Amino acid sequence: MLKRTLAVCVAAASMAAATAQAANVEVLHWWTSGGEAKSVAYLKEKLAEANVGWEDFAVAGGGGESAMTVLKSRAASGNPPTAAQIKGPSIQEWGDLGFLADIDSVAKANNWDALLPGVVSDVMKFDGKYVAAPVNVHRVNWLWANPAVFEKAGATIPTTWDDFIVQAKKIQDAGFIALAHGGQAWQDATVFEAVVLGVGGPEYYQKAFVELDADALNSATTEEVFRVFGELRQFVDSNAAGRDWNIATSMVINGEAAMQIMGDWAKGEFTVAGKTPGVDYACVAAPGTSGAFTFNVDSFAFFSQGDADAQVAQQEMAKQILGEDFQKVFNLNKGSIPARLGMARDEFDSCAHASMDAFVASAETGGLVPSFAHGMAVSEAVSGAIYDTATNFFNSDQSAADAKSQLIASIQSAM
Amino acid sequence: MSVSKASKPLTLETLLPKIVLAPTTVAMLVCMYGFMLWTGALSFTKSRMLPQWEFVGWDQYARLFSNPRWDVALNNLLIFGVLFIAISLLIGLVLAIFLDQKIRGEGAIRTIYLYPMAVSFVVTGTAWKWILNPGLGLEKLMIDLGFENFEFRWLVEPDMAIYTIVIAAVWQSSGFVMAMFLAGLRGVDDSLIKAAQIDGASPFRAYWHVILPILRPVFFSAIVILSHIAIKSFDLVQALTGGGPGYSSDLPANFMYTFAFNRAQMGLGGASAMVMLMGVLAILVPYLYSELRGQRNGQ
Amino acid sequence: MASKTQFSAGRALIYAFLLIMALLYLTPLYVMIATSFKDIEEIRSGNLLALPQDPTLYAWIKAWSSACTGSECEGLAPFFMNSVKIVVPAVLLSTIIGALNGYVLAKWRFRGSEVLFGMLLFGCFIPFQVVLLPMARLLAELGLANTVTGLVLVHVVYGLAFTTLFFRNFYVSVPTELVKAAQLDGAGFFAIFRHIFLPVSLPIFVVTIIWQFTQIWNDFLFGVVYSGPGTQPITVALNNLVNTSVGGKEYNVDMAAAVIAALPTLLVYIFAGKYFVRGLTAGAVKG
Repeated sequence: MLKRTLAVCVAAASMAAATAQAANVEVLHWWTSGGEAKSVAYLKEKLAEANVGWEDFAVAGGGGESAMTVLKSRAASGNPPTAAQIKGPSIQEWGDLGFLADIDSVAKANNWDALLPGVVSDVMKFDGKYVAAPVNVHRVNWLWANPAVFEKAGATIPTTWDDFIVQAKKIQDAGFIALAHGGQAWQDATVFEAVVLGVGGPEYYQKAFVELDADALNSATTEEVFRVFGELRQFVDSNAAGRDWNIATSMVINGEAAMQIMGDWAKGEFTVAGKTPGVDYACVAAPGTSGAFTFNVDSFAFFSQGDADAQVAQQEMAKQILGEDFQKVFNLNKGSIPARLGMARDEFDSCAHASMDAFVASAETGGLVPSFAHGMAVSEAVSGAIYDTATNFFNSDQSAADAKSQLIASIQSAM
Repeated sequence: MSVSKASKPLTLETLLPKIVLAPTTVAMLVCMYGFMLWTGALSFTKSRMLPQWEFVGWDQYARLFSNPRWDVALNNLLIFGVLFIAISLLIGLVLAIFLDQKIRGEGAIRTIYLYPMAVSFVVTGTAWKWILNPGLGLEKLMIDLGFENFEFRWLVEPDMAIYTIVIAAVWQSSGFVMAMFLAGLRGVDDSLIKAAQIDGASPFRAYWHVILPILRPVFFSAIVILSHIAIKSFDLVQALTGGGPGYSSDLPANFMYTFAFNRAQMGLGGASAMVMLMGVLAILVPYLYSELRGQRNGQ
Repeated sequence: MASKTQFSAGRALIYAFLLIMALLYLTPLYVMIATSFKDIEEIRSGNLLALPQDPTLYAWIKAWSSACTGSECEGLAPFFMNSVKIVVPAVLLSTIIGALNGYVLAKWRFRGSEVLFGMLLFGCFIPFQVVLLPMARLLAELGLANTVTGLVLVHVVYGLAFTTLFFRNFYVSVPTELVKAAQLDGAGFFAIFRHIFLPVSLPIFVVTIIWQFTQIWNDFLFGVVYSGPGTQPITVALNNLVNTSVGGKEYNVDMAAAVIAALPTLLVYIFAGKYFVRGLTAGAVKG
């Protein structure tokens, strides 16, 4: 095994060396801001060391919308890039259309099955073979709180949704904004997801929003979920519409607001502002979700290349992504935890540790669920339908019963 | 009037005009009508992420019309289209008439009205998003100035968000309409207005009864160009409201793009595009026909 | 226009209205420029219309040379030339072809030419999102996928409707007698174009070039879909710069970048604006 690995590596290295700047990888992504860009640049450097060039193909905008459009037209015209930032069920959809490259050789050579938790490696495989490499694991069901605001308002950080409503009223009465929020569809969906998980529990979440079971969707629980979600409308300030998520985070940072429900990338904002976890801010599980972990895994999927040199370059990129160095650097920058198991924890902060612990624990209890608000659980069409229903409900005075009907109808229509 | 068609031997000379138009015709047939047909065909398939030619009849159209978001988008297009075109025409015309009154500094003022056209919709949307933001822009400014009860929250109100798009779009395009009308007015003989006035008409009536009818071709061109901008409005919505709050300011072009490219529902996106095109067809073709015919016969 | 006694009041009102409108039109540009000279603290705490208290060029320098647009952090500078390489050929080609088309449709009508014109006008209403995929296929078939040539071709094709419209409307007003006289003298199709139409066409060329330049320079959709790494136009870079999903938004850098991206077209309208109106006056859209 080792000998074969060695042989493969030597062959690859000599091929790369022999053809000088052998092949380039053309990588489509939307990580264009300072911190993310640095992480991507780090990957570029590591690839340069292996003599693989990097053609950057960045298209920013809303979590990849424009990038996906470009990718589709490139695929439709027969020349997809080497790798693209694709995650979740979309990987399966692209695999179905026959576009993805098999990188199983790299996976086997580097023992990915042992390095990745089952939930994650399943997503990365199509037809049992690896076609994508995971970059990180985000936990989405976090509540970020400013303890100072709570103290001033005489409130405590809530652990259930009923308690949330009580505490939020206290905070509001004390003159603060209870829930910092940005009125964009995906943010509405993120909060909605936390309510689903907190009110219905992981089993309900799995049945209704991952398996799309009709009975689960058409239940009293769903209506209760909407009722609670609707209660949150009053705790969001009136300027929330269109606000970016990081502006909402800054409201918590500077004490205007008490809480934000957002994934762990919010931690980056606190870090940049020089705040310490546990002291200036608290990271707790979103109300009612303390044993559960909603995961969002960013990954690069690889597209079939005809050229042998290109394939070698591609494999090198896959290998580097799951390498310890990149996993560490990227996740420290981004606020997520490495996808790769068994890495040293000392450089990560307390929130990251909590995340890592929860990740392992929830996998055992069945509380580890994919995020539907972030494209991990259902197809794009269905998650779009859920978005539309959630955001419309949140921004209007639609009743919970009507919202439930609209949800069921639109999911049906999207399937 | 075109040149004599009396004798028509099949010489190079008579073929030349057709040859010249040929590349454009081919491009038009392929890249416009060919693609429209392609989209039409797509709307009858079950295409999801990429085109898949499995036909499912009117299924996508049924889905389209049972989608509440589509209703909102269509409704918005009507509101936006009518208001945008009407207000741009009105402001453009009024500005042009005023500027035609031998104003000092006309060149500078005209440039000020015209420059918004130079700016891309993305930039326009971003700038106006700031200005109309209650917490950062106009409302805050007025409150700071002392008008404590001033409210301008259209941007964040689902019922009113579409009107903010009208405002930004009018700002961008009315200057061009003004330039068109100004050009048209300059071509009108002064003596006509003087004659009307000698007859005792007030300036307003002189304009209404004499000048405006002469400007009819300009109205035509302006309406064509403005409708074109209205229907294509996509970047502006994305940048200014993102279709929000919720999806209350969505327009068909945004709907189509979102569903085709981000929701992996190409078939549905195709259906929405066809409905948009049919709508445009129904309104514009009669208009184009009557105007072009009128021009050939009358002018 | 008004009678002598109302001269001052009427004209004063007209001036007032025009000036107020001018201020309204200028506000967004003022906001953008003012913001680009402020530092971040001032933006967060101050108000939109305030003048910068301590103007700084930080945002401008960063936007031009060091802002991140992906894994590259070299600002907008590298993309500027890309846009130029796309815009110049596209504008020239679509204008020339439009001129010839307009000439034919105005003076060399044949059976069906008006229908063709109508079809061309209607065809320009197709929403561009619709053509993205089939056009990608077509470009791939032609071997032009992800090349500058391909993108130029796309812009030319979709610009033809307007350029033809402008030239046709303009040439309609050239007296047909001139053409007939030239024909009697034995001049052919192209000769008439060169000697009679071209010399008077300056205003309409200006209008068309300005219009096309603006449309193509500001285009984002075609630019993002049909370009490849290394050939992306400045609008794509601007979008990457502004639409960052994490990290503090540097509004001043965003605004500076937006103004930089808009500068060529703005300058065109400021300096050539009067030729634009003159061209319109000469008949670009009179009908």
